Amino acid sequence: MSANPLLMGHPLASTENARHALLYMCRIRKFEEAVEDLFGRGMMHGTMHLSIGQEASPTGMCMALTVQDQITSTHRGHGHCIAKGADLTRMIAELLGKEIGYCGGRGGSMHIADVDTGNLGANGVVGGGIPIAAGAALASKMMKKGTVAVSFFGDGAMNEGAFHEAANLAAIWDLPMILFCENNKYGMSSSTEKAFAIDNLADRAKGYGIPGVNVNGNDVVEVYEAAQIAVDRARKGEGPTLIVAETYRWKGHSRSDKNLYRTKEEIEEWRLLDPIPKFIARAIKQKKLTQEQCDAIQQEATDAIVASVNEAVKAKAADPAGLLDAVFKKVSA
Amino acid sequence: MSDRMLTMAEAVREAMSIAFDERPEVFLLGEDVGIYGGAFGVSGDMYHRYGSERVLDTPIAELGIVGAAVGAALSGMRPIVEIQFSDFTAQAMDQIANQAAKIHFMLGGALHVPMVLRTPQGSGTGAAAQHSQNLEPWFASVPGLKVVVPSNPADAKGLLLASIDDPNPVIFLEHKLLYKIPGRDPVPEGAERIPLGVAKVVREGKDLTIVATGIMVNKSYEVCEKLAAEGISVTLIDPRTISPLDMQPVYESVEKTGRLMVVQEGPAHAGFINEVIAQMAGSSSFGSLIAPIKRLAGMNIPIPYAPQLEKAAVPQIEDIEAAAREIVKNWR
Ligand SMILES: Cc1ncc(C[n+]2csc(CCOP(=O)(O)OP(=O)(O)O)c2C)c(N)n1
Ligand SMILES: [Mg+2]
Repeated sequence: MSANPLLMGHPLASTENARHALLYMCRIRKFEEAVEDLFGRGMMHGTMHLSIGQEASPTGMCMALTVQDQITSTHRGHGHCIAKGADLTRMIAELLGKEIGYCGGRGGSMHIADVDTGNLGANGVVGGGIPIAAGAALASKMMKKGTVAVSFFGDGAMNEGAFHEAANLAAIWDLPMILFCENNKYGMSSSTEKAFAIDNLADRAKGYGIPGVNVNGNDVVEVYEAAQIAVDRARKGEGPTLIVAETYRWKGHSRSDKNLYRTKEEIEEWRLLDPIPKFIARAIKQKKLTQEQCDAIQQEATDAIVASVNEAVKAKAADPAGLLDAVFKKVSA
Repeated sequence: MSDRMLTMAEAVREAMSIAFDERPEVFLLGEDVGIYGGAFGVSGDMYHRYGSERVLDTPIAELGIVGAAVGAALSGMRPIVEIQFSDFTAQAMDQIANQAAKIHFMLGGALHVPMVLRTPQGSGTGAAAQHSQNLEPWFASVPGLKVVVPSNPADAKGLLLASIDDPNPVIFLEHKLLYKIPGRDPVPEGAERIPLGVAKVVREGKDLTIVATGIMVNKSYEVCEKLAAEGISVTLIDPRTISPLDMQPVYESVEKTGRLMVVQEGPAHAGFINEVIAQMAGSSSFGSLIAPIKRLAGMNIPIPYAPQLEKAAVPQIEDIEAAAREIVKNWR
C-alpha cells in the first residue's frame, strides 16, 4: 500500500492538506524536469509527454479520491500517476527500462500502472482509457464497492468515438464515473478552435444528460472543489460528471515538437499562470503555510526526485529472458 | 539517371506532390499533417505549398477520418489519408475492412474506392506496444485491400504514385525507421510508376533465396553483402506489394538455390510471411528445395519498451546472418 492514503479533502482545509497539495504539485513538476533531463542526457529512450504547467489538475482531482478509487490515464500521465500516490523510484525505473520499474521495463512512460493506488494505467491510445474507466465504474456498481472511477483525458480525446460511447454508457447506467478533461488547448498541433465547433467543451455534457462543469485547471483549489462535488454525486449513485479543467502544456507535445502551431507569447502568458506560485500565495495568505514551509516543501520534492533517480539508475536492467512468458497470465490449475 | 539520394519521407512527399500536381482531386487528410508537417515530417511543407483546402488537418478521430476518405473517394475525389501510427488503424477498422474493402464487390461494381491509406509502422523507436506494431497481416487477410510495404525511397515513390492511380483502396505501410535514412539507390526525378503486384529481385545469388519485407529487406541486404565477401551468394527478393503477391521470382530463384529463408519484423504466428511459405509449399518448385524453409520473424509478444527488450523482440542483422549461414552450411 502507498504511504499516501489520499482522500485529503480541501487543499486549504488544514496545514497538512496545503502541504500535500503543494508537495504533490512540486513532485510532478520536478519529476517532469528530471525526465526532460534524463532524455537530454540520452539516458532515456522513446519519447516523452511532459505535463509541466498542468500539475494542479491531477493534484486537485486526486485529493478528492480514496486509494481504492480508480483512475485511467493518458500518454501525458506522469502527473496522474504521482497525484494518485505512485512510487517515484519505480516510475523513474520504468522510464529507464529497469526490472523494478512498474512494468518491468516492458511498458515505459506511456503504460505505467500502479494497481496499489488504483491507477489502471496510462495509455498510448488517445481516448483508450475512457471506456475502461466506465467499465471500472460498472464493476464498482455491480459489486457495490462504493468506489468511483476517474478517466483523465485531453481535449483532443473528446473527438474520438471512445469518448462519446463511454460518456453515453456512463450516463444511461448512472455509473460512478468522472470524465476529467484536461483542456490544454491543443491536441498535438490542433487547437481546440480548429478541432471543435463549440467554445466550451463542457457543453458536450448536455448531449449525454449529465452535468458538465468548467474549472480553472491551474487552480488546485477550484479543481478540488469541482472534483468533490462530482465524487459525491458519483458515490451517491447519481451518475457521471464531465469536468473540463482549463490548463496549458508549457512544453512541446513530445520530443519532436517544434511548436510551429502556437506563439512564444502565448506560451509566456500561460507560464505566468503557473499553478504552483499561485497556490503558495494563497496558502500563505490564508495562513495555512509559511514561506519557509513552502520553501522546505519544494526542496523536499526536489530531494525525493533526486533520490529516486539515483536509486533507479543503479537498479538492474530488465532482462529479455522472460518475455515470452509475460504475454499471458498463467491459467491456474 | 539522376543521383538524388532521398529519404523515404522525402520520396513519399515527392510522390504526393506529383499526384497533387497531376490531379486536382487528390488531397491529403490526417492528424497534424498541416502546419506540424506530420508526426514523422512526411507531409512537411505541403500545407504551405498546397494550402489548407488540400492538406486537411483533422481532429483526433480515426474512424471519422477514414470514413470521410471512403465517402469522398466514392464520390469523385482521390484521398490520401495518413493515420499517425498504424496501431490506430484499429480505431478505423470498420471503415477499412467492412466498408472500403468490400464496397466494390458487395455493390456489384456500382462504386469503387480510390483511396490510399498511408501509415507508419514498426518497432525500434522505444514507443512500446501500442505504437510499434507491424499490422500487415490484418490488411493482407482482407480481400479487397491492396497492401504495399515499401523498403526504400525509390520504390516508395513509384509505388505510391501507382497506389494513388489505383481505383481500389490501398494500404501503404511505411516503416518509421526508414523515414530518415537515404536509400541505397537514387530516386528518379519523373513521375514513373512502379506497378503494384511486381516483386523486385534486389540481388541475385546461387546459394540461398531470402524473401524479406519492409525494413527486413535492408537488414537482409547487409547480410547478403557480408556473406558475399565469404563466397556465399544470396538472392534477395522484396515482394514490395504483399497483396497482390508476386511469387514468380521466388519460384525461379528457389529452383536455382534450393534454399529459402523468409524474414519479417512482425510476430511469426499467422504473420504475412507465412503466405510465402504456403504458396511455396504448394508450388511445383517445392521439389527444388534441399533444405527446410527457414522462417525468421518477430517474437509472439507485444513490442516492449526498454531498448534491450525491444531489440530482442524482432530479428536483428546478427540473427539473419546466423540463420543464413546455418541453412547454407547445414544443407548441402
Ligand atoms: C487513437 C490515437 N490517435 C492518435 C494518437 C497520436 N497522438 C498522441 S497524443 C495526441 C494528442 C492528444 O491530444 P490531447 O488528447 O488533447 O492530449 P494532450 O496531448 O494535449 O495532453 C495524438 C494525436 C494516439 N496516440 N492515439
Ligand atoms: Mg490537449
